[in-house]
Amino acid sequence: MLTVVILFLCFAIMLYFLLGGADFGAGIIELFTSNPNKNRTRRTMYQAIGPIWEANHMWLIIAVVILFVGFPDIYATLSIYLHIPILIMLMGIIARGTAFSFRNYDAIKGERTQNLYNHIFVYSSFVTPLFLGIIAGSAISGQINTTPTGFMQAYVYSWLNLFSIAVGLFTVTLCGFLAAIYLIGESTAEKDIKRFILKAKVLNILAFVCGGLVFLAAEIQNIHLAHWIFGNPISLTAVIAASISLVLLWITISKGKRFIARIFATFQVSMILLSVGYRHYPNLVIIKGGQNLSLLENHAPDKTIDTLGAALLIGSLFILPSLFYLYYSFKDRNREGH
Amino acid sequence: MNDFIAARSQMALSLGFHIIYSCIGMVMPVFMAVAHYKYLKTNDVVYKNITQAWSKGVAIFFATGAVSGTMLSFELGLLWPGFMRHAGPIFGMPFSLEGVAFFIEAIALGFFLYGWKRFNKWFHWCTGVLVGVSGIISGILVVAANAWMNSPAGFDYVNGQYLNIDPIKAMFNDAWFPEALHMSIAAFAATGFAVAGIHALMIYRRQNITFHTKAFKIAIAFAAVAAILQPLSGDISAKDAAKRQPAKLAAMEALFKTQAHAPLVIGGVPDIATKEVKYGIELPGMLSFLVHDDVSKPVKGLDAIPVNEQPPVAITHYAFQIMVATGMAMMAIAILYFVALWKKRNWLFKKWFLQLFIIATPFGFIAVEAGWTVTEVGRQPWIMQGIMRTSEAVTPMPGIQYSFYLFTFIYFTLSLAVIFLLSRQIKMVPELYDK
Ligand code: HDD
Ligand code: HEM
Ligand code: HEM
Repeated sequence: MLTVVILFLCFAIMLYFLLGGADFGAGIIELFTSNPNKNRTRRTMYQAIGPIWEANHMWLIIAVVILFVGFPDIYATLSIYLHIPILIMLMGIIARGTAFSFRNYDAIKGERTQNLYNHIFVYSSFVTPLFLGIIAGSAISGQINTTPTGFMQAYVYSWLNLFSIAVGLFTVTLCGFLAAIYLIGESTAEKDIKRFILKAKVLNILAFVCGGLVFLAAEIQNIHLAHWIFGNPISLTAVIAASISLVLLWITISKGKRFIARIFATFQVSMILLSVGYRHYPNLVIIKGGQNLSLLENHAPDKTIDTLGAALLIGSLFILPSLFYLYYSFKDRNREGH
Repeated sequence: MNDFIAARSQMALSLGFHIIYSCIGMVMPVFMAVAHYKYLKTNDVVYKNITQAWSKGVAIFFATGAVSGTMLSFELGLLWPGFMRHAGPIFGMPFSLEGVAFFIEAIALGFFLYGWKRFNKWFHWCTGVLVGVSGIISGILVVAANAWMNSPAGFDYVNGQYLNIDPIKAMFNDAWFPEALHMSIAAFAATGFAVAGIHALMIYRRQNITFHTKAFKIAIAFAAVAAILQPLSGDISAKDAAKRQPAKLAAMEALFKTQAHAPLVIGGVPDIATKEVKYGIELPGMLSFLVHDDVSKPVKGLDAIPVNEQPPVAITHYAFQIMVATGMAMMAIAILYFVALWKKRNWLFKKWFLQLFIIATPFGFIAVEAGWTVTEVGRQPWIMQGIMRTSEAVTPMPGIQYSFYLFTFIYFTLSLAVIFLLSRQIKMVPELYDK
């Protein structure tokens, strides 16, 4: 059952990144869209994520629940030492979710209020994945210091460092990139499609640059990232696969093959997650001094893991089919019923 | 403000905020489904308008409920890592099932809100019902976690170790049934009275009378039944608390001395120093009767509990009084409503009658907040009754007061925003739905 629970955890994190991340990305794209096109972008985006963002958001909650039920030590350690970035991320989540629904459900569409919602929405769409990335970067990079000498060491330097921030930026660009690719498929006007294709390309390049920054920051901080990733066959393969899919992706985008482009983009991001995740497994949190919190060792008693696994398995029997049906139903926007 | 108090205040604030949205998230979909059903059956377009007007409100509330709930699942760790480290694996079962229920709720809501004119109408209706059902199930499940904090079960506590963990037993703890029953009824009473009150106000102002009357009737039907059942289920809760947590009961009643023929105190100002209740009305023997069904049996007072294990008496007592008072008032109004339906139809449009409902708009939510204060403050100093103290659970990180100020600011702004948006919805009713 432990394997099942861990698989679900990875699955939830991955899906949150791919689906929730793309929702954030939509906001990031809006942030970098020139004014004349903002309204169109907004409309496309609203149609695309309106029905599904609540469901996408649930992967985060599933991941957190799995963590605190199945891996309480990991949850507690992250909560203590990364309190501040988690808090900021939470504020981002609140601001984004409420601004998004307020702007759609405000009965009077006044210009000033709409502007306010838009501002909150786009900035929080940027801040949230930035801090998600920072949290992930700090957890895996061995910056958490459980024997600190002061407040700053314990609660600030663990996440406020070059490497974590580079990972944060990398996350932001990946989210934007995913969203651009998804939005290509959601647009109908030729003009919009061209715009999103351009955005996707720019963001892909940016992601590449930020990825480089991550390696650079790692070198500066003496984190042996390059060695880690290129030093084992699976991660190396994943990186190579990601690079190949990158080339294929550019070709398919240019040819306007929307669906295949989505698959490649999803694949590319999954490979990046895999390459980092595999090398790390089973250690989810690395603490300064080389101590680890491992999914295989720091888990809850077996009985808890068994029931948790059973709950997840049974739950997914209900969730997955209905989720697929939800995506399927809203994929084709032109279908009208009674 | 020290960190411990700040952490407690932040938790209380977040929960107090979330509980409003979760009550609405549980109950409004049910109301909507009824209106929707009437529309599908009668083809009366007013019911369609009601359904759509409500569904916009629900979307606003749902988003706020979802984000505040997300906050909570992180806050448990941010504020109480010491508690979660041990409690997570034990009381996690309801949370993981709740996660599943939320997921289904969120999916169904996507179908429902965006599904007008898209799907078969009965499929569409069913998705709305599913939103309500999964909302109620998640409410019942999460209460199991809270009930477990009141009556820990499913493990052996040996020398500070938590052994033989059994999450299923933990979920089916003794306090779950009374709490879940009381909470679910409370959600219906609170949301029902709030919705009925708003529509009553509109009828009172003579705006869109057909629309608001129909909406009013749906809401009050549920609210009135719930308000009459609530004191009965409250009695079950009180008996249960007396058995499990005598300190909580003593604080609720401000009963300082263990005594036979214990009196029920109504109102009053408990004075901790002199151990007396001033200005209260005492009904001799009634507390013994409520707890044991026998006026002569003794009831444990605070003197039977070590001083460092006593909850704050005044807050618990006042909160309990507020809950019972608003509960009784709602029950009275509910009975009046049934009398009106039965015998005095003409009351329904009388000013004084409508005014009653307008005044009662916030009663249910006041009772809900007060009730949770009784439960949570009455459990202090324990976070896990008899096993772990709240002070042992708090995060080591200093400076929690800043995070508390921040949260206060956020929740305050959000509340204002939601009120603002709702009032705009209501303002738009004539324009959107009047032909
Ligand atoms: C509409 C809301 C409402 C109303 C009218 C009442 N309650 Fe209540 N009460 C709640 C809403 C609530 C609640 C917010 O839902 C609580 C908090 C925890 C729980 O399970 O329910 C609660 C808790 C609660 C508890 C604490 C249970 C525990 O800690 O184990 C007791 C003893 C009562 N109630 C008793 C009553 C009585 C005797 C009432 C008589 C009128 C009453 N309640 C009306
Ligand atoms: C499953 C549900 C709940 C869980 C797991 C839970 C958990 C907690 C925890 C961990 C604390 C901090 C320790 C403490 O001060 O007692 C707390 C405090 C508190 N909670 Fe709950 N709670 C739940 C439901 C609620 C709800 C819905 C309310 C709504 C109003 C509420 C009101 C409070 C209050 C007022 C406090 C502060 C107590 C004090 O300051 O003395 N609780 N709760
Ligand atoms: C007794 C107290 C509680 C009740 C009755 C309750 C009930 C609910 C309900 C019905 C919803 C659906 C939201 C909506 O429809 O607006 C909800 C949302 C949520 N609640 Fe609570 N809740 C309680 C306390 C808690 C606590 C203590 C936690 C955290 C540990 C929590 C976590 C969540 C989460 C994560 C969501 C968002 C789910 C979504 O996106 O649908 N809740 N809650």
